[in-house]
Amino acid sequence: MSKSVSSKNQASQSLQTNFAGIEAPNPFWLASAPPTNTGYQVANAFRAGWGGAVWKTLGRPIVNVSSRYSAVSYKNNRMMGLNNIELITDRPLDVNLAEMKAVKAEFPHHALIASLMFETEAEWHDCIRRCEDIGVDGFELNFGCPHGMCERGMGSAVGQNPDVAEKITGWAKAVATKPVIVKLTPNITDIRVAGLAAQRGGADAVSLINTINSVTGINLDTWEPNPSVNGYSTHGGYCGPAVKPIALNMVAELAKDPAFKIPISGIGGIETWQDAAEFFLMGASSVQVCTAVMHYGFRIVEEMISGLESYLDQHQLSHYSALTGQAVQRFTQWQNLDLNHKVIAHINPETCIGCQVCYSACEDGAHQSIALLANSRVPQIKEESCVGCNLCSLVCPVDDCITMVPIERGLEKVTWLDHPANPHRKVMV
Amino acid sequence: MSVVPETTQTEVIFPKIKPPLHQNQAVIEASRCLFCHDAPCIQACPTSIDIPMFIRQIMTHNTAGAAKTIFTQNIMGRACAYVCPTEVLCEGACVYNDLNEKPIDIGRLQGFATDAAIANNWQFFEANDQTETPLNKKVAIIGGGPSGLACAHELTRLGVKAVVFEASEHAGGLNTYGVAPYKYGNNDSIAEVAYLQQIGFEIQTHTRVISQDSPQDKSFSGKTISIEALDAEYDAIFIGAGLGKSKRLGLPGEHFQNIHGAAEFIYTVRKLGPANVSIGQKVLVIGAGNTAIDASVQSAKLGAEVMLVYRRTQQDQSAYYFEVELARLNGVQFKYQASPVEVLGTSEGLVSGVRFVKNQLGAPDSLGKQSMEPVAGSEFDLPCDTVIFATGQEKLVEFYRNIAHLELENGKIKVNDCYQTHNPKYFAGGDCVNGGKEVVNAVAHGRDAARGIAQYLKSSISARTVSHV
Ligand SMILES: Cc1cc2nc3c(=O)[nH]c(=O)nc-3n(C[C@H](O)[C@H](O)[C@H](O)COP(=O)(O)OP(=O)(O)OC[C@H]3O[C@@H](n4cnc5c(N)ncnc54)[C@H](O)[C@@H]3O)c2cc1C
Ligand SMILES: Cc1cc2nc3c(=O)[nH]c(=O)nc-3n(C[C@H](O)[C@H](O)[C@H](O)COP(=O)(O)O)c2cc1C
Ligand code: SF4
Repeated sequence: MSKSVSSKNQASQSLQTNFAGIEAPNPFWLASAPPTNTGYQVANAFRAGWGGAVWKTLGRPIVNVSSRYSAVSYKNNRMMGLNNIELITDRPLDVNLAEMKAVKAEFPHHALIASLMFETEAEWHDCIRRCEDIGVDGFELNFGCPHGMCERGMGSAVGQNPDVAEKITGWAKAVATKPVIVKLTPNITDIRVAGLAAQRGGADAVSLINTINSVTGINLDTWEPNPSVNGYSTHGGYCGPAVKPIALNMVAELAKDPAFKIPISGIGGIETWQDAAEFFLMGASSVQVCTAVMHYGFRIVEEMISGLESYLDQHQLSHYSALTGQAVQRFTQWQNLDLNHKVIAHINPETCIGCQVCYSACEDGAHQSIALLANSRVPQIKEESCVGCNLCSLVCPVDDCITMVPIERGLEKVTWLDHPANPHRKVMV
Repeated sequence: MSVVPETTQTEVIFPKIKPPLHQNQAVIEASRCLFCHDAPCIQACPTSIDIPMFIRQIMTHNTAGAAKTIFTQNIMGRACAYVCPTEVLCEGACVYNDLNEKPIDIGRLQGFATDAAIANNWQFFEANDQTETPLNKKVAIIGGGPSGLACAHELTRLGVKAVVFEASEHAGGLNTYGVAPYKYGNNDSIAEVAYLQQIGFEIQTHTRVISQDSPQDKSFSGKTISIEALDAEYDAIFIGAGLGKSKRLGLPGEHFQNIHGAAEFIYTVRKLGPANVSIGQKVLVIGAGNTAIDASVQSAKLGAEVMLVYRRTQQDQSAYYFEVELARLNGVQFKYQASPVEVLGTSEGLVSGVRFVKNQLGAPDSLGKQSMEPVAGSEFDLPCDTVIFATGQEKLVEFYRNIAHLELENGKIKVNDCYQTHNPKYFAGGDCVNGGKEVVNAVAHGRDAARGIAQYLKSSISARTVSHV
């Protein structure tokens, strides 16, 4: 415990982070959640290499239920998705503040963010002042918790109402001297509305996503939804690997909106350096992790740091921020895609193991473009009818056995906007 | 005397080489299955079990559904799970082999589902469930081994009354008295027979079918019934009698004591239990088939020093590679290219060794197989106190001679594709037809023969051109 931070955990300059003015040794932060419940945990996390931590949300006293979590397992993979019905911190504010102060003193260069959720303006102001007194580096406003707290007009009830979100952000900004991050809920139809409301309220940054409304399953013996609290349940918040695609899309939706200008901290299903790199490429400049730590512990950050560093080396990038937003320019509207581009599946007979899973997939679930031959287990692509949907290559269990090969047709790019089949196409003059 | 029930001692001497999977292991293993289209594993299974389907059912915790899928094709799917040479059947065909990954553990998954079915007595089938109108006909089944039991079960489903005549105290055939106990134990086989029989066919155990004219066998303590009486009373007869005694080579000195045929030695181990069998300290096993391996491994597990001697080369041995590997792991030594010429004995009449002559490769025969030529003057002696001959089993030719119009080829009963013999009333399957293959082949024969018999009884087939199966 008393061991000082070991050098292997000292990220190099390439990961040194400045997120909306908050400094940290690296962009891998713990999200506000059980891993940041206590000073004991956060100190251990910093020792393990995490660059920052958003403390478990502070607020009015609450009481939690038991049990609180349930999960979705896929085949032999446990906890593909995690669901929880727990509320904000259940520890007294004084205790939390004292521990936060001690951690900050021990780790002055790590980012320590206070996550807050209150009802009245006075409560928000009071807590922000007390947090600044003990030296936090910034605030995260929890407008996202989708269960329990929202029934009391807080959490996602705020995040779902842009006017209220803007107003409360304004309250926080009125007294905070440190940067204010607004944490967004994904339980809305258009994330840009929420993001722009936070920006209008004066937020220095946003973080997303919080958890998604969900029920993971029903106990088929007792017909109780999971997790059961003495026979009854309620919808929970979903997170973990299963939500990553949703989070990635929402991050990019904001990042590509020209009106949206503040930094993004990406959250949702991040478990490896690859996940983090994808969030950076889609516009994030720091990331936060919850479920992966709840599953595997703090040690995973070692792999995230070393993996990202060697990726940067391979790409001869001196700083991770060079990744931020690079994929956003390639993330466009459907109507801008080239309708003349064509790929066709190709099966490598050398590596094909003859499972014919691609056959079932294409025959029953796509375009009947794979044939079986009498004397071979290796299926054959019917090139004339293959539409290049990718399905066969996605189900193939062998790496790089089915590849999608571009067909050179000598046609110029044509998009829907000027496609002859489009009745609304712009008529050329 | 009946087979002794398994004791913990049996489990200690012969621990299972395919121990049962736990629920969690089974689900994890099942989740690896790719669910191949037209799956190669199904094609490789002689009973064509829908393997990807039952594996998927295990994955979804539908264990009963999995067992039903298995039993629909192979009513002895439990025995097969543990005794089949899966490495050269379903698992050998698994596409994961081509990915240099471990194939799906199909045998143990099959064992997982079928163990649960038998332990919980889940019955999936009932008499007459395969027919609109039960036939008022009776079929006698000679032999309660895998082929006979599969035939009886299927006949019952097809609405035909089946009566099994089994010479031994217990049915099950070589599942009860032949296969290695570290694969499938006495309790396993007896419980399986009881499970199958609940569908409602009769088994008359300790009852041997003989010919009126055959000489009486004084050593047999059970009942006998003549084939002529069966012929008079039953509408059709299925022969699933398996094979006969182990062959001897007719060498000088074969009369000495402590010389056994492999099948009889294994029968004794199964019947008395390993704790009640005394084996010598130095055992020579002659032959190199799977039975030779079984006899070697069981001798070794009983504490003997074992050497297996085969007249041809290592490449020629018919035992599966994984069986040979098992023997090596149990310390069995192998000696190739040596033929026994004489068994040596002591003045007290006990075996003391075997004289061999070395063989060299000669000219290839018409099939391209090189002959073995003895090297003059190369004789050598190997000392031992027990000899086990595993040089094949005889066919029950004497018995078949008493059945009119049966046609044999090399002692095997010839049948057409409905498993009907040259005598249209008689059907046959299993080892007595294929000369000795696996349990799963016998089950497939018995099942399909039952369908042939039902057709015959409805007079829809008569004698057909007899061809080999
Ligand atoms: C030592 C040994 C080990 C083996 N190990 C394996 C293995 O690991 N895996 C595998 O798949 N296969 C194995 N086999 C092969 C397998 O056991 C046989 O292929 C299978 O049992 C054949 O079934 P069956 O019904 O044709 O004959 P059997 O199983 O031989 O059954 C024939 C039955 O008929 C009875 N019978 C015979 N004559 C009469 C009569 N006149 N009246 C009444 N009853 C009679 C016999 O008592 C016997 O019960 C092994 C065989 C041997 C000899
Ligand atoms: C048990 C649990 C409790 C959480 N509590 C909070 C919380 O108090 N405040 C908050 O802002 N987010 C909370 N979250 C949401 C996480 O911070 C994070 O946004 C979400 O889990 C998505 O990230 P992940 O996929 O890495 O888990 C909680 C998540 C879980 C699983
Ligand atoms: S890419 Fe789609 S359409 Fe083409 S062969 Fe594969 S699955 Fe069929």
